[in-house]
Amino acid sequence: MAGDMMTFNIKDGFMEAVCRGFRSGLLNTTDYSNICQCDCLDDVKQQLACTDYGDFLSNEHPPIATTTIAEKSTDKLVQEFNWVRSQSTAPLTKFLDYIRYSYMIDNVILVITGTMHDRDPHELLEKCHPLGLFDSLASLCAATKTSELFQLVLVDTPLAPYFSEAVTDADLDELNIEIIRNTLYKAYLEDFYKFCTAMGGATAEVMGDILKFEADRRAINITINSFGTDLTKDDRAKLLPSFGFLYPEGLTRLEQAEDFQGVRDACECYGPYRNIFADVGYSSEKSLEDAFFEFEVAQNRLAFEQQFHYGVFYAFVKLKEQEIRNIVWIAECIQQDQKSRINQYIPIF
Amino acid sequence: LCIGAHNTLVRGMNITNSTASDGYLHWNDLLIDISPFAWANIGVSAAIGVSVLGAAWGIFVTGSSLVGAAIKAPRIRSKNLISVIFCEAVAIYGVIMAIILETKAGTPPPQFMVPGLEGVYKLSFSGYGIFAAGLVVGLSNLCCGICVGIVGSSCALSDAQNPALFVKILVVEIFGSALGLFGVIVGIIMTAGCSFQDTR
Repeated sequence: MAGDMMTFNIKDGFMEAVCRGFRSGLLNTTDYSNICQCDCLDDVKQQLACTDYGDFLSNEHPPIATTTIAEKSTDKLVQEFNWVRSQSTAPLTKFLDYIRYSYMIDNVILVITGTMHDRDPHELLEKCHPLGLFDSLASLCAATKTSELFQLVLVDTPLAPYFSEAVTDADLDELNIEIIRNTLYKAYLEDFYKFCTAMGGATAEVMGDILKFEADRRAINITINSFGTDLTKDDRAKLLPSFGFLYPEGLTRLEQAEDFQGVRDACECYGPYRNIFADVGYSSEKSLEDAFFEFEVAQNRLAFEQQFHYGVFYAFVKLKEQEIRNIVWIAECIQQDQKSRINQYIPIF
Repeated sequence: LCIGAHNTLVRGMNITNSTASDGYLHWNDLLIDISPFAWANIGVSAAIGVSVLGAAWGIFVTGSSLVGAAIKAPRIRSKNLISVIFCEAVAIYGVIMAIILETKAGTPPPQFMVPGLEGVYKLSFSGYGIFAAGLVVGLSNLCCGICVGIVGSSCALSDAQNPALFVKILVVEIFGSALGLFGVIVGIIMTAGCSFQDTR
């Protein structure tokens, strides 16, 4: 809307400009080709020192492991994110919190699963994603039943509205944990989508497209992963988000699908997904997950084409994550001496 | 006393008797009863006030983006101040027009009570003319300031990414700032014949 252009900069102009500054620090094709030509991880560290990453690995003594690289890069992302969040005002703060909720859900499920298998709580907390940390996460380790979990711990967290009646009464076992994760995530995605649409303007447009793709991707992944398990079609239907490009006709077809071909047929009605499945079918090099990541990168890149909306913050976080995945992939290829597969990262710019 | 005499003179031209004790019956009578000096001075305040509103709007829109983008790309600091200067120019147009209009609308000479009708018409004409010129200048500068501000914000962000874009986007800003000039030109032409000084 035109009104957005005139009033956005009052509260969020500075933050948007800072976010675009971070985006310009993402690695480009020259940086990637430099890193690909490295022979060992120390060379990678030196190459990264010339980019926006700077001296982030300077305190690590050799030999550096790929997990360290992943950890430190994520730390850098978290630092930048927390800085942006601490300077933001409402409603940008709420928007940034929504980005954090998905990591919180992952952390909660991680802690619950780990507790079920009697892992050490400290070890679990170290494995949690730093963007999704909240105060009462540690006390989740003590609870044993879901109802306890909810009443004691989770009701005070921002995730409380996503726990419906069905989830709080369920038992904790392998299959149910996944169902709980997907139910939570479905509720979170729908809430986020409602929030973005209510904001209107360019934010609704850009985030609407991104979130619809995310919903469809979840739906397709849930369907594919449920083949061969005990999950009934009705239960599966309850986990699919109720928005997205595939909603409602494609989703009804997805609910009926019995195998991969069924999933492919369900997605025929929407052009971009048809292209994705076409790519995946004929060459075995690219998996469906890679194709989805590629599409997500293209969507997030488009978010930067418009000004005066919040989509740039979301897109920056996701693109930075993809970059970290790329760097770790390249580092692993170098370490395991598999240079032939080194170019299978997804270039961003 | 003077205003009352002026109003009687003006009202004397109205044939309808609409001075009911509980107020005006027609909009026309109300509008005619507003003194031309009021019209003129409102015009002057619109010229400066609304122009400054537009300039300030433009400056904060472009300034916030400029400050944020300069964190990662400090080289854009000096060049992009041009956008701020363009917005400031809008306020200067407003000040200049306000001064010109004020000299036309200034203190009327004691003998403004002119026998005959052409004096009254001249006063009304000048009053309306200065009011309209003030509106023209103010509103065109408001839009110009906002336009230059938004383009300046995009200019700062694009320059931070890719230095080659700066000059191209500056051309857009130059076209935008021409809008304010249009308003000034039209305002000056409109008030060429307006004056409270010489009403003979």
